[in-house]
Amino acid sequence: MTLLTDYRSPEEIGRTEAGPRPLPPLGVQRPDQDAPTVDTVLANGLRVIAVRRTSVPMVELRMHIPFAGDAADHGAVSELLASTLLTGTARRNRVRFSTDLAKVGGDLSASVDPERLYLSGSALVEGTETLLDVLADAITGAVYPDGEIDRERDRLVERIAMARAQPRVIAREALQKHRYADHPFTKEVPEAAEVAQVTATQVRDLHARAMSPRGSVLVLVGDVDPAQAVAALEKALGGWTNDTPAHRLPALPVVSGGDLLLVHRPGAVQSQLRLSAQAIPRTDPRYPALQLANLVFGGYFSSRLVENIREDKGYTYSTNSSFEFTPGNATLLIDADTASEVTAAALLEARYELGRLALVPPTEQEVDSARQYAIGSLLITTSSQSGLASTLLAFAGVDIDPQWLREHPDRLRAVTTEQVAAAALEFFAPVNFTGVVVGDADLLTPSLSALGGVQLP
Amino acid sequence: MAVPELHRRTLSNGLRVVLAPDRSAPVVGVSVHYDVGFRSEPQGRTGFAHLFEHLMFQGSESLEKLAHFRHVQSSGGTFNGSTHPDYTDYFEVLPSAALERALFLEADRMRAPKITEENLRNQIDVVKEEIRLNVLNRPYGGFPWILLPPVLYETFPNAHNGYGDFTDLETATVDDCAAFFDTYYAPGNAVLTVAGDLHPEETFALVEKHFGDVPARPVPVRPSFAEPLPSAQRTGHHVDPHAPLPAVAVGYRMPDPVSELDAYLAYSVLSEVLTDGDASRLQQRMVHQDAIVTDIGTGCGLFGVPLDSRDPDTFLVTAIHAPDVSTQLVLDTLDEELDRLSATGPDTEELTRVTARWSASLHREHDRVSSRTLAFGAFELMYGRAELSAELPARIAAITAEDVAAAAKAMRPDSRAVLTVEPGSES
Repeated sequence: MTLLTDYRSPEEIGRTEAGPRPLPPLGVQRPDQDAPTVDTVLANGLRVIAVRRTSVPMVELRMHIPFAGDAADHGAVSELLASTLLTGTARRNRVRFSTDLAKVGGDLSASVDPERLYLSGSALVEGTETLLDVLADAITGAVYPDGEIDRERDRLVERIAMARAQPRVIAREALQKHRYADHPFTKEVPEAAEVAQVTATQVRDLHARAMSPRGSVLVLVGDVDPAQAVAALEKALGGWTNDTPAHRLPALPVVSGGDLLLVHRPGAVQSQLRLSAQAIPRTDPRYPALQLANLVFGGYFSSRLVENIREDKGYTYSTNSSFEFTPGNATLLIDADTASEVTAAALLEARYELGRLALVPPTEQEVDSARQYAIGSLLITTSSQSGLASTLLAFAGVDIDPQWLREHPDRLRAVTTEQVAAAALEFFAPVNFTGVVVGDADLLTPSLSALGGVQLP
Repeated sequence: MAVPELHRRTLSNGLRVVLAPDRSAPVVGVSVHYDVGFRSEPQGRTGFAHLFEHLMFQGSESLEKLAHFRHVQSSGGTFNGSTHPDYTDYFEVLPSAALERALFLEADRMRAPKITEENLRNQIDVVKEEIRLNVLNRPYGGFPWILLPPVLYETFPNAHNGYGDFTDLETATVDDCAAFFDTYYAPGNAVLTVAGDLHPEETFALVEKHFGDVPARPVPVRPSFAEPLPSAQRTGHHVDPHAPLPAVAVGYRMPDPVSELDAYLAYSVLSEVLTDGDASRLQQRMVHQDAIVTDIGTGCGLFGVPLDSRDPDTFLVTAIHAPDVSTQLVLDTLDEELDRLSATGPDTEELTRVTARWSASLHREHDRVSSRTLAFGAFELMYGRAELSAELPARIAAITAEDVAAAAKAMRPDSRAVLTVEPGSES
């Protein structure tokens, strides 16, 4: 097929005889049904949230376990633990874990960050018991076979090299260091040299010490009766006990505004812009207004930042502003990846939009659009079992119960335009922000140095 | 898997409509699939199908620039579009009160998109940033979906870069856009899908109200992209300045998914037997036992999504390995495992696992209204059967050990493409 040779002009294509038509109004929204929920704490201290959502015959499991540590090599040991947690118990080797889960259409995986160990899995609903048995077997019986530790240690070193070749990882590490210096919260990727030194004994000791039900949360969502699900969890995990108190990370310093740091990445054709400022936790009464201010700024496509630097100027494919929830608090994070030749111009526009949000208050229309989006996207995200399970765990992680989530749309409806303007002025003022630029310094230095507010290498 | 309730109609302008009510949540998905992808773009216009997808968001007769995004999001919804080898899709997911709005938005750009020089220049810049982000500025960019096709295929439609060369993108004109729209974006060349919280008759009435007067235009005759199988092993080499470790991609041709569906699905089962989970053959052998690769994956389709294009389609093997492991060792081990499978096929337990995992992953996919809507639309467009997505678990369960053995046997070294990626600079 080749293109037609007889076609209309762009002007002819873009108009009809009838002319432009009016946008249809919204209909009446049917409310979501309240999903039956049990939110309880088992005798061993594990908090369990079980929710019935019957859309498909599956069950989704999400869990986190406090897993912070202050040893210099803690990140290396915990990464290796997460990579080998599901490779050996008295009853199962690596292959058995995988086959038992696959037979019930299931999977289960572990990951770790400086705060917590996460387990995430799913199975056909008739395989719920198997999924819980596999989980309990690993949590209470992992032996970390020497051979598995040796192989995963080598793979982990290779994976770290792969991660650190990614511009977004380079930018993330630079931002963490610039915001928080060497606070343990910043150690998201361990050093290869540290991983190479980790022994199986260290992994087993960390498991014995840190794998504790107290402070842990397990969310189960699916085509299940919540009370029966809790009973099944009690049966599977009731024998899991550990009274060692969880290690808490020291409080993070408050992010204060300052110069951006330029990080040199030779040969880069695009730069990573990352800006950050201190925000407030979800439980703060100002949070709903700040949530809407963030959307108006750059938190969704119809925002000032996207409309400016993407849809008007073409400086970026995607730019976003979001909350990052830290222990007991939160920060604002703005990111954009832009070609080297427009990086300084994109930074100029981002700063301009920060100042404009603080000083030129969002209109009622802007606030209303953000409000509808916040309410609608929460409805959409939580309409699937996996989305609901992940959302509930994320919220439980910052001490917010499922009831808070149900009430949040009303909280957003009550926010006034004046409250959004006040939150914008308080939190989005350009002086509050710091950050990093990662890119080819040889190309960026002249323009960034002219713009100012950037520490050059 | 439960058979979905499907309602179909074809409007007088040729637009095919599929409705899939499911009232488990008060949200609705709306998608339009056009029967044109990057395999159809003209020579000298690489990347044009994708660039044009961007332009479809830039306004239409009733909608100024930015209005599409604003109307979807201020109704509480989300949106996106994507360009595939054989089709281009556009979708919105919204609270169900916004259903009519989404139909209005899709109809307006099907009827009269506003194509301007200013918006074209702006979106060329945006697409170039997208390519820098996903290809030029990162390790393994375009591996393997851009790098492997020119090794495995010889004709322009199958071999070229679907993201596009910067020179081709920069020289695109609004006149090209007009020709492309009038050739491929006729209502008779599209499928409209609505899934989720809806009443079929009310929805058909709304569809008629908004799409009914989109004028019918000639529907292009779909060309065949068939080309002969490679008659020898073809090889290619790529130097990646950002990659820390060497990588290899192996591409094999597959049966025609439309005319030989079950033979195609045998490759899908084979893929799972080879690399799905720690108990799979290549994970056990190559990652853990021989420890020669860091990671290995296999899949049907250039993007690892089975049944996402028509013939010819590609079976992929990709591996990342340590510098002291040779490509030949990776290939020899792969061939050894394929030989074992072609001799005896997978055992019953392996097949049972694949069936259960397929059912589960389809349930999970269908639980998200966006992926459910898009799956119905793509299957209706390419296979004429939206319900195929629900029938797949049963068809997968019917694939025998002999079928999988035959698929493994067909993956011969003398009829494949091998692409190696070497870390380092071009100089």
